Amino acid sequence: MRRQLIPLALFAVLAVGATAYAETPTTHLIIKDRVFTVQELTLPADTQVKLVVENQDRIPAEFESYDLSREVVVPGRSSIVVYIAPLAPGRYNFFNDFNHAAQGWVVVNAPAESKTGGRK
Amino acid sequence: MLATAVIVFREVLEAALVIAIVLGASRSVAGRGWWVLGGIVLGTLGAGLVALFADAIAQAFTGNGQSLLNAVILLLAVLMLGWHIVWMSGHGRKLAGEIKEVGAAVQAGKKTLAALLVICFTAVMREGSEVVLFLWAIAASGGREFGMTVGGFAGLAAGIAVGALLYRSLLFIPIRYFFTVTGWLLLLLTAGLAAQAAGFLNQANLLPALGTSLWNTSHILSQQSMFGELLHILVGYIARPSGIELLFYAVTLVTIFTLMRLMGRHAARPRTTVRGSEARAEAQPSSS
Repeated sequence: MRRQLIPLALFAVLAVGATAYAETPTTHLIIKDRVFTVQELTLPADTQVKLVVENQDRIPAEFESYDLSREVVVPGRSSIVVYIAPLAPGRYNFFNDFNHAAQGWVVVNAPAESKTGGRK
Repeated sequence: MLATAVIVFREVLEAALVIAIVLGASRSVAGRGWWVLGGIVLGTLGAGLVALFADAIAQAFTGNGQSLLNAVILLLAVLMLGWHIVWMSGHGRKLAGEIKEVGAAVQAGKKTLAALLVICFTAVMREGSEVVLFLWAIAASGGREFGMTVGGFAGLAAGIAVGALLYRSLLFIPIRYFFTVTGWLLLLLTAGLAAQAAGFLNQANLLPALGTSLWNTSHILSQQSMFGELLHILVGYIARPSGIELLFYAVTLVTIFTLMRLMGRHAARPRTTVRGSEARAEAQPSSS
């Protein structure tokens, strides 16, 4: 019984990972002149999102968020990928750790009533 | 200049606190200074390399290279810290009683010295690479070299000073409680690093989050505040934790704690009849 649980759990994790990979929506965030070009990034509720952070400056930046436990250096003139886990409605702060003047918010609105209805 | 100092300070602080506690926890191991220094030097070199190849690392694994590298470094640190804690709970207590007899301690610590080196190496490399990149970013953004240099060094000095202060304060703890306290400090710190590793693995989409924001205590203690930051480093405080972070934290804590108890008991048993204040400290199993 217990022995069967391990492959089962592994399979579940892989399956979740695979579906996530297949249909993850992608959103872009741009850093220019050391700040984010948008201060609010609206994301769908309860959905994993692949966030591509593009740094258009010559110098490195760091996309960081305590609220989301995310932290990635974005070298100059390049882009990196950060996955954002499914989020409940709310506001989540992020910033450029190399320039704290650059602040932004991930905004997740409550899903429309007609669809899944409930929170989470 | 002040902004530079603050950011460098925050990065250096994490490495400095890790090193301070590890240095304290291994006080009975002779010759540890050189290994710790070696770890710091190698870590600094590693930080330079990581910063130099930041571009290539960022592009590796379809843009996930950096998250993976951070996760690997953190897990390596967790493994070495875990080993070190378990080892010290078996031998450190025994050595506490003999701390003045330097000769006795020389032989005992050889194995854990390599772990010490790796722990310091990972701490310095991870935080150092960010300092290097950040200073470069400041330097390249225009003409404030003097302020930047002063700020950078001030931040570095302040971080090291706080680490030194923590180390000094640890030494005030009476020897009979010393290894219990440092053992617990390291245990919580290690669990916090494991939670951070989980965050990076989730960020790279290798592990599910198992729920985000399980709770939110940012209004009580913000992680951006100095105290919040300090607690984050020392005990892994996260204001809005995800399920996977909590799971990694708990599993690491329970695993190391269990091994610690087993080793501590094993080491204590043959000596339980010894009397006297110092001997009692070495003989008592962890009172925590």
